[in-house]
Amino acid sequence: MIAFGEILHVSLRSLRANKMRSALTALGIVIGVAAVVAMFAIGTGASRNVEAQLASMGTNLLVVRSGSTTSGGLRMGYGAAPTLTFADAEAIVKECPAVGKAAPTASGSVQVVYGNSNWSTRAEGTTPPMLDIRNWTIGSGRSFNNSEVRSAAKVCLLGQTVADNLFGNEDPIGKVVRVKKIPMVVVGVLGKKGTNAMGQDQDDTLIIPITTAQKRVFGSRFQGRVSSILVQAADANSIQAAIDQIDALLSERHRVRSEEEKDFTVMNLAELMEAAAQSTKTLSFLLAAVASISLLVGGIGIMNIMLVSVTERTREIGIRMAVGARTPDILLQFLSEAVILSVLGGVTGILLGAAVSFLIGHFAGWPTVISPLSIALAFGFSALVGIFFGYYPASKAAALDPIEALRYE
Amino acid sequence: MALIELSGIKKTYFLGEISVEALRGISLSIEAGEFVAVMGPSGSGKSTLMNILGCLDTPTEGVYLLDGSDVSRLNRDELAVIRNRHIGFVFQGFNLLPRTSALENVELPMLYKGLPRQERKRRAAEALKRVGLGGREHHQPHQLSGGQQQRVAIARALVNESPLILADEPTGNLDSRTSVEIMEFLTELNRTAGITIVLVTHEPDIARFSRRVIMVRDGLVVSDRHPDEGGMHA
Repeated sequence: MIAFGEILHVSLRSLRANKMRSALTALGIVIGVAAVVAMFAIGTGASRNVEAQLASMGTNLLVVRSGSTTSGGLRMGYGAAPTLTFADAEAIVKECPAVGKAAPTASGSVQVVYGNSNWSTRAEGTTPPMLDIRNWTIGSGRSFNNSEVRSAAKVCLLGQTVADNLFGNEDPIGKVVRVKKIPMVVVGVLGKKGTNAMGQDQDDTLIIPITTAQKRVFGSRFQGRVSSILVQAADANSIQAAIDQIDALLSERHRVRSEEEKDFTVMNLAELMEAAAQSTKTLSFLLAAVASISLLVGGIGIMNIMLVSVTERTREIGIRMAVGARTPDILLQFLSEAVILSVLGGVTGILLGAAVSFLIGHFAGWPTVISPLSIALAFGFSALVGIFFGYYPASKAAALDPIEALRYE
Repeated sequence: MALIELSGIKKTYFLGEISVEALRGISLSIEAGEFVAVMGPSGSGKSTLMNILGCLDTPTEGVYLLDGSDVSRLNRDELAVIRNRHIGFVFQGFNLLPRTSALENVELPMLYKGLPRQERKRRAAEALKRVGLGGREHHQPHQLSGGQQQRVAIARALVNESPLILADEPTGNLDSRTSVEIMEFLTELNRTAGITIVLVTHEPDIARFSRRVIMVRDGLVVSDRHPDEGGMHA
């Protein structure tokens, strides 16, 4: 057998002799690999995004919401008539061992005014544990404390978006804004969180003590009640226990008889988000699977062209055999032609795929992440495609009878 | 010792149920330095004989000693090595690689011998000079005349210093003037370099360049004589 370097040289020469055909053959692999790389980039980007949002929402999260009520024959949606109270939230923390933290919330939209600027946003009345549960950080200033909650103090925390829109470059800490005409002191600005899974800007918010919300801002709507209670289970393994304990506790507190419809619901938010993350992952694998079909088709294209090429070059093979080429010499020559085509196609495909995912990320605004793993996979896979689909034509070439091959017209 | 020693060579082809005896027992010996023509009508078995002499095929029965070693039972890769080291081929259709320069065509046997590139280039250029094609190293076959292409093929047959050249109808595709040129060149090689030449032809004019004519018919040698002596050999 002759040196591998010589075989590569021979293969490269004959690929160069048929530039157009070589390029078209490799095109199948280029498109296949580019599709796989781009789809992986989009898929990875999407699931990283969902994971980041999951983390920003908080972990092991449950939401207790007021149930639907019937009023004059009309069934209202969840939370239409608040049935939960601040006391329910305190009882949940005190009496459910599987619960880590809980915070009641009462929210609605408000107009916030500072000087000549005004901004419409969502005001959320709550208690300090909410910041921990939802992974909020304090960007500047401070949070409000429990005594401010007890006294329904007129203090507020601004989301980054609200702070930017009302204050621009000015420092909001200590300034007085008017929330639904009620003057409130800005004690802190929240750290930036970005958009959530639904594409909403989480920083477009205003946080005030729950009591302030109930008594001063949304007085007529809540009448001492809260719209939902945010609960963080003690850890990931106690989520189900927390759900059961809250259910039992609230049924007792609200005196729900067993045959009656409950006036509250406990939702496992973590589960919902994980389902979303899982479906993103499934989708991205599906995309990659579809893309790899085109890689397979590209491989079959290589085999097809190599088979044609072997037939067309039968006489060449005969000549090479007559002057002393052995079976492995011919086999490796044709095999390396196929592998060179698929690897060159693979490298071009990786570059093209990277460019496509960059463009998609840039123009469609989808997050795309090109992982080194996907590049390594695409490269390895295209080399394998070359070996797999090149082997059959190459072994056909190597098995030719030199006499027949020389006589071939 | 003879360069080629055939004894009791038989070749039978099996086509399904029918078997065809192409060679039915050929024994002959060719000394180093001879210039032999093999003649015979089509279907006589001369092509089969050439394939066996050229180590492209093996006999069904009998023994073929080439340069003293038995090559009649070798496998295809061992035969490839024998062809590479001991036999140069010149074909009717030239059989050069298309879209490949004369130099690279001549390099081919040395490539499979495993010689380094620099030596191959040097020796291929020398061989081309020897056949009168110096300066045409980078011409491709389609840029050369038939006679020139056959010279490239002869250079390729010479380049590995094989002791034997098998020429299968080497002038079949050439006009008569060029045919004479090629035959004179082969004769010259035989005389000056002592290369053994076995020529297959059905043209008596061409066979006349040789010093011994072996007639094959129905798979057997029917005559074996030296025309310049006019005598018959057993």
